[in-house]
Amino acid sequence: MATLGQYLIVSGLLFTIGFAGVMLRRNIIIIFMSLELMLNAANLSLVAFSRFRVGADGLPNYNAQVFVFFIITVAAAEVAVGLAIIVALYRARQTTHVEDISTLKF
Amino acid sequence: MPSLLFWTFAALMLVFGAAVVLNRNPVASALSLVLSFLGLAALFMSLDAYFIGIIQVLVYAGAVMVLFLFIIMLLDLRAEERRKMNYVAVAGGSAVALALFVQICMVVGQLRRADDRPPTLAPAAADDVRQVGLLLFGNYNLPFQIIAVLVLVATIGVIVLSKRELR
Repeated sequence: MATLGQYLIVSGLLFTIGFAGVMLRRNIIIIFMSLELMLNAANLSLVAFSRFRVGADGLPNYNAQVFVFFIITVAAAEVAVGLAIIVALYRARQTTHVEDISTLKF
Repeated sequence: MPSLLFWTFAALMLVFGAAVVLNRNPVASALSLVLSFLGLAALFMSLDAYFIGIIQVLVYAGAVMVLFLFIIMLLDLRAEERRKMNYVAVAGGSAVALALFVQICMVVGQLRRADDRPPTLAPAAADDVRQVGLLLFGNYNLPFQIIAVLVLVATIGVIVLSKRELR
């Protein structure tokens, strides 16, 4: 079986990929997908911590898994609202490129 | 050979995660994201979190990705034409991301229990839907109700946002 450190490094690498996507890409939908990658990287480290922290009764720490359940729920709601905002933005400006949307830029 | 499976699915997840960022065509990015989430669900299974793994496939690889593909096709996004790249910004962004990864590696390296093997589980752990459900409807009942309100608010918000004209 893999060790806790290996799971955490893989999770950190996935988070870094998502972070690089947010920093480097200019298409707002790709930025949104990269945000999902970062959320899922956090979920992976939570589940790994849960599995490696086994209590006296031989069960993993299920608090972390309940937390992951909540994160998935909130992320699904966030995707629905975020995509609705993107559609409204596209209707107003006919673009999904963040450099074309600079009204609020200081 | 569980370690081989771990590295297979971790590589699947990371390669397709990178493909999400690198692909020029949004549809290809979205389909890469599905495969990346499937690899992640397999990693959840390898951690004996069967419930979370199934939820990951149903909610993310199913519902959320259909929503993404629907919006991409609704907006009729083509592969973006090459714009003039700002190389300073690309180099800066990559450097920040790399610095973040180095930091994560340093933190994990200092973790005392990083070399732990997973402890053996009691047979009751195979019944993890029951365990998660007991916690969810017992200890975490109030947050569960609050999240129900949040989903309701999101539903109403989406309906308001997608009306023809916003006032």
